[in-house]
Order: sequence, then C-alpha cells, then structure tokens
Amino acid sequence: MEREIDLRPGKVPIAVRPAEPKLARRPRSLTYDALRRLWRDRAAMASAAFLLFMIIISALAPLIAPKDPTVTDLPNRLLPIGSPGHLLGTDELGRDMLSRLIWGGRVSLLVGFVAVLVAMSAGVVVGLLAGYFSGWTDSVIMRLIDILMAFPSLLLAIAVVASLGPGLINAMLAVSIVGIPYYARIVRGSVLSLRNQEFVQAARVIGASDLRIIVYHIFANSLAPLIVAATLDVGWMIMAAAGLSFLGLGAQPPTAEWGVMLSAGRQQIRNAPHISVLPGLMIFLVVLALNFLGDGVRDAMDPRLRQ
Amino acid sequence: MTRYVVQRVLSLIPVLIGVTLLVFLIMQLAPGDPVKIMLGPHASEEAVTQLRRDMGLDQPMHIQYLRWLGGVLRGDWGRSIQLKREVLPYLVGRFQKSAYLMVLALSVACLVGVPAGIISAIRQYSLDDRIAMVLVLVGFSTPVFWLGIILQIVFGLLLGILPVSGIQSPGQTGTVDLLLHLILPSATLATGPMAIIARMTRSSMLEVIRQDYIRTARAKGLGERLVISRHGVRNALIPVVTVIGLQAGYLLGGDILVEMVFSYPGIGLVMVTGILARDFPIVQGAILMVASSYVLVNLITDLAYAYIDPRIHYGT
Repeated sequence: MEREIDLRPGKVPIAVRPAEPKLARRPRSLTYDALRRLWRDRAAMASAAFLLFMIIISALAPLIAPKDPTVTDLPNRLLPIGSPGHLLGTDELGRDMLSRLIWGGRVSLLVGFVAVLVAMSAGVVVGLLAGYFSGWTDSVIMRLIDILMAFPSLLLAIAVVASLGPGLINAMLAVSIVGIPYYARIVRGSVLSLRNQEFVQAARVIGASDLRIIVYHIFANSLAPLIVAATLDVGWMIMAAAGLSFLGLGAQPPTAEWGVMLSAGRQQIRNAPHISVLPGLMIFLVVLALNFLGDGVRDAMDPRLRQ
Repeated sequence: MTRYVVQRVLSLIPVLIGVTLLVFLIMQLAPGDPVKIMLGPHASEEAVTQLRRDMGLDQPMHIQYLRWLGGVLRGDWGRSIQLKREVLPYLVGRFQKSAYLMVLALSVACLVGVPAGIISAIRQYSLDDRIAMVLVLVGFSTPVFWLGIILQIVFGLLLGILPVSGIQSPGQTGTVDLLLHLILPSATLATGPMAIIARMTRSSMLEVIRQDYIRTARAKGLGERLVISRHGVRNALIPVVTVIGLQAGYLLGGDILVEMVFSYPGIGLVMVTGILARDFPIVQGAILMVASSYVLVNLITDLAYAYIDPRIHYGT
C-alpha cells in the first residue's frame, strides 16, 4: 500500500526529512549543557576531585589526623619529613606537621567558603537594591561602593582588621567586606540589563510585587556571572585570609592555620624549611585547583564559547 | 580631551573625601584608647582627661574629623605614638622605598608578561601557549608570602648568591648593593601582575589578529613579522595599558606581604608593625597614603587610556 505523503505547507514528508542528530532528541537545559561542558574539561574535573578530597579530609580532621595538632613535644622538635611516627615531620614545638596541615585545611577552607558566602549574600542584596530601585538609592550605594573600591583589596582588609582587632573571625569578616563591592557591581549590572526586558515588564503588568520580580525574575537570571565570580573568589579569599594570618592579623598561634604555620616556620627556614614550605604548598594547591575550576566553570557557562 | 581631564580630576574630590572619612572612621572604631596607650596603664584620671582635651578628643566626631582633615591637608599628619616623631616625613621616606620595589616589580612584570602574551597568542594552542597559560594560572595562584620564602631558601640559603632581607647590607650605601637587595622581593612581587598581564595581552592579541585590517595587511603582502608588530601588537596593547594600571592595586597590597617576608623597610612593614603596636597615627597615615596613591594611579591610567585610544568618547 502506498503511503500518503502530506504535502500541506510546513509539513516535511517523512521520507525527505533529514536524519535527526541523536543528541537533539532530548530537549536540554542550559544548565545541563554547561555541566556537560564542565564534565569534559579535564583540568577542571581533576581540580574538582582534588578539592572534594580536601573538603572530605578537612571535614573528617578529628578522625583522620594522626595526632592532636596543638600538643607540643619538645624533644622531638624539627623532625624531617619521613620520620617514624611523623610522616611529614614536626614543627618548632614538636607538633605533628601532618595533623596540623589537616586541621589547618579545615580552617582555611572554611574561612574561604564562608567569606565568599557572606560577601556574596551582602553584595547581592546591595546590588539588587541599587539596580532595581535606581534613583537616589542607587546613587548613594554606588558612591559608597566607589569609596570601598578606592582601596586596594588587601589594604582594605588590613584596615578593617586594624579597626576590629586581629583575630580569625575578624580577618574573615575583613575579606568578606572587601568582596561586597565586587558582587554588588556584578548584580547591579545584571539588574540594569534585565529590568527593562519584556519578561520583567510582563511580570510587572500582571501585578507581581517588587520582591517577587527581584527574586524570581531578576536574581534568578543573574546567577550565572555570580557563580563564576564566586568560584574564582574562594581562592582569593583563602589566600587573603592566610596572608592576614601571616602578617599576625588573622588566626593567632597556636591555632593550626596555614598562614600562621607558614609565619611561625620562617624562624626555622635554615634548619627545617619544610615547616614553612608545606603549609604554603597547601595554600598554593588549593588556590590553583580553585582557579582551574573557576576557569572551567566560566568557559562552560559562557555562551559565546558554545559550538 | 581637556574637558574629560577636568571632569575626571573633579570626580576625584568626592572619592578622596570618602577615603579620608573611611580612614578616620576605621581608626575611631579601633579597639583601645589612644590616650591611654600614650600615657601608659598607670596614668592618673586627670592626666588622661587633660591630654584628651589637649588632643581635641573630647570634641564631637565631625569636629574631630574636620580638624584631622585640616591637618592632613596642611601636612600635619600627627605624631607617631611609638616613634615619637612626625608621621608625614617618616612615611614619605618609607613610601619611597616601597616605590622602588613596586616600580621594579611592575617593569619586570611588563617586560616578561607582554612578550609572553604575544607569543602565546600568535602560536595559539601550541605547546608553548599551553605551557604559558598553565604558568599564568600558577602565577596568580601562588601566595606571594610563600614564593618569597622559597626564593629566600633557594637563592639565599642553598645557593647563597643573593641577600634575603633588608634594603642594604650593613655599612653599604651603593646602588649595586641596593639593587641586589631588590632582586628577590621584586621578583616575588612581580609574579601575580606578570601572570595577569600575560593573560590579558594574549586575549587582546587574539582578538586583534582576527580583525579585517590584519587580513588586509597580510593580503597586501606585508611580511608576518611586520603584520604582527605594526598592526597587531600596537592595537592589542591599548587595553593592556588599563590592565597594567589596575595592577597598582595588586602591587600596593602584595607589597605589604612581600615587605614582611623580606623585612624590607617600606610603608607596608611600617603599617603592619603599627597595627600590632596600636600606633594609630602611623597606621592612619600609612593607609591614607597608600589609598590616595592608588586613587591617583587609577586616574593616570584612565587618562593614559583616553589619550592612546582615540576611539574613547570623552565625557558622557
């Protein structure tokens, strides 16, 4: 029996229709696309695996660390790497380096992530307010941001610590405050480009409240640049917080924190370079992994790079 | 152009006022009473009240700010509590030493970063390019305070060829000695900006070599070298100027850490020791000086960019 061919306009006869590419069968979301691109980025995935490993180790520090990180053992001070009972040697007070590095990672990673979260939350609120309400709200907020940005980042962090007093929490707060203007500017930029788009006007026409428009329509659409900025920022925050500790303005001895350890180890670089080199190496590896991952996330989310 | 310059310079005034206000407030909020720090823990109540009145600390906050600002503008930046000397001349001397370090570091960063970026771009996806781009990430992931220590260990302790701290050897005053002391700190400070400059030069260059005028230059028979140098690099460097200017922020911050590592007697070292000793006038002055110089460098960068890129519309 001959198959009837539908020749109405707009209908393509089955026999003539080109074979559909396999991938096109399932409708894909932008997020799915981005994740798939990220999955294929080997450097980013290796970095993500390393970071996951570090996070697990840090979370399980009390169970994994072989020794108490603050117990001193003067007869066994400055043992080199590979000493029996102390895989990575001991520091100037005989404390086990491996245990201190594990516990230190807990502090540094926590500070990095929390600081970014605080900076981002505050920055998002400020940026949404400035961009959405414009007018004098915007002017006032933007002038304040200009002033904060008139300081080099690390200097501002140091100034804030000078004001609050040295300490781990204050150092974390300081690096968060430094981050706020950057997030606020990113969000404000997205809001300004979105607020007059048709879907936002449509929402306004059907009577959606300001809060609903801000949260569901504007904030949701400005997430992509925020995620990229945040991924790249965690590394900076970790480095800045460790830097403050190194200067004696952040975490204080005997806390096992990478910046503090590095600073204390400096006195011994002649006899035992490993006690300052190892904590620095950890900061470097974590920040490097975060940068690789951040670059990967950015490439994956940037539609201009799409094939 | 003149109008743009005037506008840009005038726009500095509110920013600088904001900076002084913030610096003033930060020190007002700081823990510890400067009067008690100056007089020591055993001072009598009358002496404290008297000194507070003498220093104007019993006045309302806005009056204190205006008096302090007036002093700052007249060049009276107060006296250091710890060093018992005028803050401004002391800080200027220290800042000068930091400036040597930063200028040298920025020069090294440009001299290495710009050619590296150009080579990476014209050999995109080659092995050289990949290695360079991994090094770039390594460069800005390295904590300066750690890199400094490693360089001290390698060049100072293992090889023993370079001085690892201070600005001059005891009894020496020569330029050669000064330069030797500057090598390690400036190399340390240069890595971050070098990485960023290389990366920006590469991406700017990649954008430029895809332009029509590059194809035209090739089509009319110019040699590749000439196409790259005359038509490519000259255009690609325009946005790089801004990036180089932006490194001032990184340098001024990183400088503080580098000075600590190398015990280099610049403004960063003064600032940190000041904070730890609660020497408020020194800290206030140092922060103000560094922040104002950052604002000025940003101004110069903006003006330089407007000057070399005729496509920029001044004003609006």
